[in-house]
Amino acid sequence: MTDAKPSLSDRLKPVLAVVIPLLSKAWMWLRKATVVVARWSVVLARKTWVVLRRLPISLYSLYRGLADADYARTLTDLYVAGSSSLPLTVGPGRSKPEPAPAAPAAVLQTSGPDSALLLLSLLQKEGRFIDFLEEEVTGYTDQEVGAAARVVHAGCRRVLRQHLSIAPVREEAEGSPITLMKGFDPASVRPTGNVVGEPPFTGSLVHRGWRAVEVRLPQVASSHDVHILAAAEVEL
Amino acid sequence: MSSPRFAIGIDLGTTHCALSYVESAKCEGEEVEQQIMPVPQLTAPGSVEERTLLPSFLYLPHPDEFRAGDLSLPWGGDPGRVSGELARRQGSTTPIRLVASAKSWLCHPDVDRKAAILPPDVPAEIDQVSPFDATVHYLTHLREAWNGQHPYAPLHQQEVTVTVPASFDPAARELTAEAARAVGIEHLVLLEEPQAALYSWVNDSQGRWRHEVKVGDIILVVDVGGGTSDFSLIAVTEEDGALELNRVAVGEHILLGGDNMDLTLAHVVRQKLKALGVDLDRWQLQALTHGCRQAKEALLADAELESVPVVVPSRGAKLIGGSIRTELTRAEVTRTLIDGFFPECAAADRPAQRARGALTKVGLPFAQDPAVTRHLAAFLAKQAGATGDLEGFVEHAHWASFLHPTAVLFNGGVFNATVLRERVLSVINQWLGAEDAPPARLLAARDLDLAVARGAAFYAHVRRHGGVRIRGGTSHSYYVGVERSMPAIPGMEPELHALCLVPFGLEEGSEPLTAPQEFGLVVGEPVRFRFFGSSVRREDRAGEMLEEWSADELEEMEEIQTSLPAEHWKQGEVVPVHLQAVVSEVGTLELTAIPTVGNDRTPWKVSFNTRGASGRSE
Repeated sequence: MTDAKPSLSDRLKPVLAVVIPLLSKAWMWLRKATVVVARWSVVLARKTWVVLRRLPISLYSLYRGLADADYARTLTDLYVAGSSSLPLTVGPGRSKPEPAPAAPAAVLQTSGPDSALLLLSLLQKEGRFIDFLEEEVTGYTDQEVGAAARVVHAGCRRVLRQHLSIAPVREEAEGSPITLMKGFDPASVRPTGNVVGEPPFTGSLVHRGWRAVEVRLPQVASSHDVHILAAAEVEL
Repeated sequence: MSSPRFAIGIDLGTTHCALSYVESAKCEGEEVEQQIMPVPQLTAPGSVEERTLLPSFLYLPHPDEFRAGDLSLPWGGDPGRVSGELARRQGSTTPIRLVASAKSWLCHPDVDRKAAILPPDVPAEIDQVSPFDATVHYLTHLREAWNGQHPYAPLHQQEVTVTVPASFDPAARELTAEAARAVGIEHLVLLEEPQAALYSWVNDSQGRWRHEVKVGDIILVVDVGGGTSDFSLIAVTEEDGALELNRVAVGEHILLGGDNMDLTLAHVVRQKLKALGVDLDRWQLQALTHGCRQAKEALLADAELESVPVVVPSRGAKLIGGSIRTELTRAEVTRTLIDGFFPECAAADRPAQRARGALTKVGLPFAQDPAVTRHLAAFLAKQAGATGDLEGFVEHAHWASFLHPTAVLFNGGVFNATVLRERVLSVINQWLGAEDAPPARLLAARDLDLAVARGAAFYAHVRRHGGVRIRGGTSHSYYVGVERSMPAIPGMEPELHALCLVPFGLEEGSEPLTAPQEFGLVVGEPVRFRFFGSSVRREDRAGEMLEEWSADELEEMEEIQTSLPAEHWKQGEVVPVHLQAVVSEVGTLELTAIPTVGNDRTPWKVSFNTRGASGRSE
């Protein structure tokens, strides 16, 4: 009896039957992966290009920021003002490290003297305010000062009533208990004394505060000299 | 044409002007929402502020007195004429350049109202203005202020009501209407101030007024403003089941107001200071008047106060060293103000009349008796029969010595003081009590300074959109004097008869009335007629000839005149005419002469003589 050996092809058949689908699957995966990789490389290349395109300007800024103080200030302002959300890429060679923008520098504005002078001239016109303050009071009795104070009081009060609407900040009676919740406005309510711990704070109202609700100053002709608070009078 | 968007009321006061308006589209039935227009005005050189009132003062500055730019207004303005707050303030130190009370001059019968006579008696160098021009100036200021705030709804296209005192004669009304037309107002109506005050009350009540008055009520409106006092009587009647308001009588023109009161108080205090050896100059007196006004208001508002200090500040910079301190006591206010201007008096009392000095300068005919209550007594007594021909009012008419009002409405800044309202009401109630009549009620009004402007805007609104109306018509009946032809008797004037041309209460827009009598007019020559008015003769019809009347019934007014041009007629020819009267839609009286012969029967205008006494001697 002869043991018929199975031919090679017969022996390979089951192997091939397993391998070929595996290979074809692998090919398919490879193709898919290639497509994905190709797509991503395109995206990446684009993104890189976008960033790379900025390279000249960033290098230029770096160079000029180091060389030109004014330019550096402009860039700083831009950064502090928050106009640009991109963090400035500053190289290791920067000379002035920028502070963190936690407390922005206060923009201090000088108010023009016009409205102050205008109010002063109103107070003088109606209430003789400047006359009163400029006069030496030591030589007069309280009664004399008091009589003049009535003129000043009545007139200045009229100016306040006419040109400003003033209301108390807190409507409660002075001395009444007050609770300040978290997030209260420290500009309109000022806690004093034992200021420790976390809000809510409780305390009593010492002063109600004043708030100018409305200001109605007169309109002034552009040619008018507001520095003349009261004209000198000459009777003819 | 689209209808005007706003209804506007202008109070053209003797001391203040105000403008109120209603946006018609925003109103629903009796809910009428009103606004007061803030008026930009100069309050100091170079500074412009908005105020609700425009002081009716006109200042004529010297060319070097202000810098050129310091007198400009938002709309430019005339640098030669300043009105408003700055005018009043500047005028207190330089009175020779200040025009004040132009409105009182506008109805002054002895002056030419269009001649430049104000301020009176000033150096020739000052460019005077006429009372008419001053009125036009105030209206122009209000127009420009309005147009600045409402550039798309200019004033001349809106429905505008301008108020006049009830006591204004036809000539003064005509001048006011002419001034309003001169600033371009097209849709114009005139309204009497006390009626405006009542309209304001009606509007404020938002329909509840129908519960507060009833048929048979007679409402007395007492309006004491800054410079004039004005009375009116309004009867409540019924027609077709609805309440109606009828203005049945108006008072005479009385130049007496709140400013007189403040000035009187200042003089009382000045005398007190004089006794202490302190003399005040004009500037200080002005400051004292100001201080007294505030002290008076404080004393009248608080019954607890016994006296209020008044300080006259020094004019120089030394305020403490140079000020004069004094005080105004309750006793002084009571004596001068309450007992001086509002004394308790009997219903039979009449205002005192002094014979005027023969050589008086031409000035304003200020009231000679300061007692408002006595003027009121005279008015009510004169109008005792005012409601005689109204249905349901007969019982008032025959036995009462004066007309019994059943309700009183106060108006004018003076009556902001409760004490004064109470005093007038109590005096009236004493008179009523003496004749066993029930006491009069008080109708509560608000905003006594602005009520007239508000009422006028309300009236402008209801005229177009419907609502309650006060019926009134002419407040007088009017007559022309006709000389009876008779042989001349030396030392005797020819007998004068009065022909009634306009009956009492002729309403605006009603049919023209023609008196049947014919008059011969000489062509080409001005013809003058003597003109009379009566506030009490209610029954006379047009064409009736009065042969006699009692002295206080008819009052002679300025002459009326006409002239037939010689175009269609021969010069010197005598043409027979009829005189015709009509009350225009605006509310002014118009007289015309209509030829009765010939082909051309075009009516010729008969105009009121507003040129004063000087015009008569032309």
